[in-house]
Amino acid sequence: MSGAIPDSLNEQLSHQLSQVVGFIYPNEVETQWAILIVVYPYLTGIVAGAFILASLVKVFNVVEVQPIYRLALLTALSFMLVAGMPLQLHLGHPERAYEIFFTPQPTSAMAMFGFVYLWYLLGILLIEIWFEYRHQLVLMAQQSRGLLRGIYGALSLYSKDVSPEALAFDHKASKLITIVGIPSAFLLHGYVGFIFGSVKANPWWGSVLMPIVFLMSAIVSGIAMVMFLYILLSLVRNEKLDMRCLDKIGLFLLVAIIVDFTLEALDYIHRLYQSEESIGILTQLVSSKLFLSLVVVQLLLGMLLPLLILVLVRSVRFNEELRKLLYFTTSLLILLGIFSMRWNVVIGGQLYSKSLRGLMAYKMEITGIESLLTALALLALPFIILTVLFRLLPPRWMESHAQAAAS
Amino acid sequence: MNKREFLKDAILFFPAAATLQALAPAAEGKAEPAKTPADYDATKHWYGMGIDVDKCIGCNRCVEACKAENDVPDEPFFFRTWIERYQIHENGETRVECISTRAALPEQAPPEDPTVVRTFFVPKLCNQCAHPPCVQVCPVGATFQTQDGVVLVDEKRCIGCRYCIQACPYGARYLNPRTKTADKCTFCYHRVTEGLLPACVEVCPTEARIFGDLKGKADRLVRFHRVNQISVLKPDLNTEPKVLYAQLDGEVR
Repeated sequence: MSGAIPDSLNEQLSHQLSQVVGFIYPNEVETQWAILIVVYPYLTGIVAGAFILASLVKVFNVVEVQPIYRLALLTALSFMLVAGMPLQLHLGHPERAYEIFFTPQPTSAMAMFGFVYLWYLLGILLIEIWFEYRHQLVLMAQQSRGLLRGIYGALSLYSKDVSPEALAFDHKASKLITIVGIPSAFLLHGYVGFIFGSVKANPWWGSVLMPIVFLMSAIVSGIAMVMFLYILLSLVRNEKLDMRCLDKIGLFLLVAIIVDFTLEALDYIHRLYQSEESIGILTQLVSSKLFLSLVVVQLLLGMLLPLLILVLVRSVRFNEELRKLLYFTTSLLILLGIFSMRWNVVIGGQLYSKSLRGLMAYKMEITGIESLLTALALLALPFIILTVLFRLLPPRWMESHAQAAAS
Repeated sequence: MNKREFLKDAILFFPAAATLQALAPAAEGKAEPAKTPADYDATKHWYGMGIDVDKCIGCNRCVEACKAENDVPDEPFFFRTWIERYQIHENGETRVECISTRAALPEQAPPEDPTVVRTFFVPKLCNQCAHPPCVQVCPVGATFQTQDGVVLVDEKRCIGCRYCIQACPYGARYLNPRTKTADKCTFCYHRVTEGLLPACVEVCPTEARIFGDLKGKADRLVRFHRVNQISVLKPDLNTEPKVLYAQLDGEVR
């Protein structure tokens, strides 16, 4: 039955076959999980990280970060709404995806992820945002006309009560949800790590540290994303940044990077020291195919350089402008580094043969479903959603409303 | 006809009749896949395959038969079974090649390499693990183990997430580009439940592959298991393969 497969696939696989080094099992020529599965843990990680940063305000009363509380929540929501899309698009039969919810197989890590995702989106994130915004929504509905009035009324679920008792209840409810939300955010991304970490067939993935490494890198990327957006928004709107807030985020980022670095270093040291059967091929993988993306981008540019900058910012008295610039650069470097980390896990785990005798290649398609363009679109989509959310639910509306009322 | 002639004819006739009878269903055409005959009791079987590494001559006929029987795409990226060639060199180096991905078999034998001390072929296929990691990870239960111990994929249920392909330590699965679902060796389930042999076993000229029922008392596979020193692939992963190798070199993973 030759010629039955699409030409583009045949071309891609022929190219990948020509790039094989050593011996691989013949079915390993195809890269099963490609660029979209790199995007998926990247997006999910930002959700979990942004939420955990937001929770610092509610649960741990870190008042300095109050200015970014709503930004962090809306960031989490924007990325969450997109996080499932790469998975859906990547399926051979996307129209059967509902089966994960209707006939899940309890032993499958992936099946349970569907429920964790839904729980986090519907049970935590949306409810938390609703309680946080309820007061504002009621007021906005009162002040607007026509269609907008209808929209805000519906978003507030037609609640009208803004009495001090009702607002106190909102506050209490939102705190309670955040308390449940922290372990849920841990679960969400720890779980993504488990999907990879539980694959015993693949020694690059199969590590008990994988969920916790994924979780810490998620926290790092989420904090970096909120920091990036906070600085970017202040530039766009020409507003003054709250430097106390920014410095505090910088401190949390520093702590998170140190923990993340320690865990990842532990993983590598453990692998090298135990020196199991797979160590030869993995060393070859890291020193050839993954050298640029792992050693240069992930480790040097995405981790050590930001670490150095953040330590410098804390130990040397730089002026505000320079600090802002350094934080901005750091956040971008980290976002690049964590993307690289996802790439190195997902693609890296498929660049060596399970026979431990050879290396494969991955040629990324530019167009098509599983392609660079789709990945870029999925990475851009959360920012578009965030812009819409900002218009719909302005984070600073309450302050300006109070000022207007006072004058 | 005297007694001597009768006996001579009978010796020829009875095996010939039995062979024809055995071949008749195959001649009628392919059996319906995954549909088992009404009187077939899956609980009474536990299928496995023995592979005598010393007997494999690397002719690749099993691979061709498998592709034809099971409609596996011809392109060299999709295999339900394949043959690996191992060359052990003087300095201890091992070179491995998958001979099934070649466009055509060479017409002449390659020139002899004096540094090669030993060469052998290893047929590979799904190990039909008793403890299959692919079944464990399938999010929708589309891949499952039958009562007679064969791991199958329900192509009407598979969502094509490829997690099972990642979970298989043996590289035995691929995504069928036509159905967009996971695909793998079925031990020719449509044949074996009819009492036939898997296509690869049927065509093997040297009987390097022995198909059988590990529950059967006088089964060939049970005997194969008893008389040979048996190894399985990657035993440390505790997948409990039911493809049993005799005379397997430690180099083979």
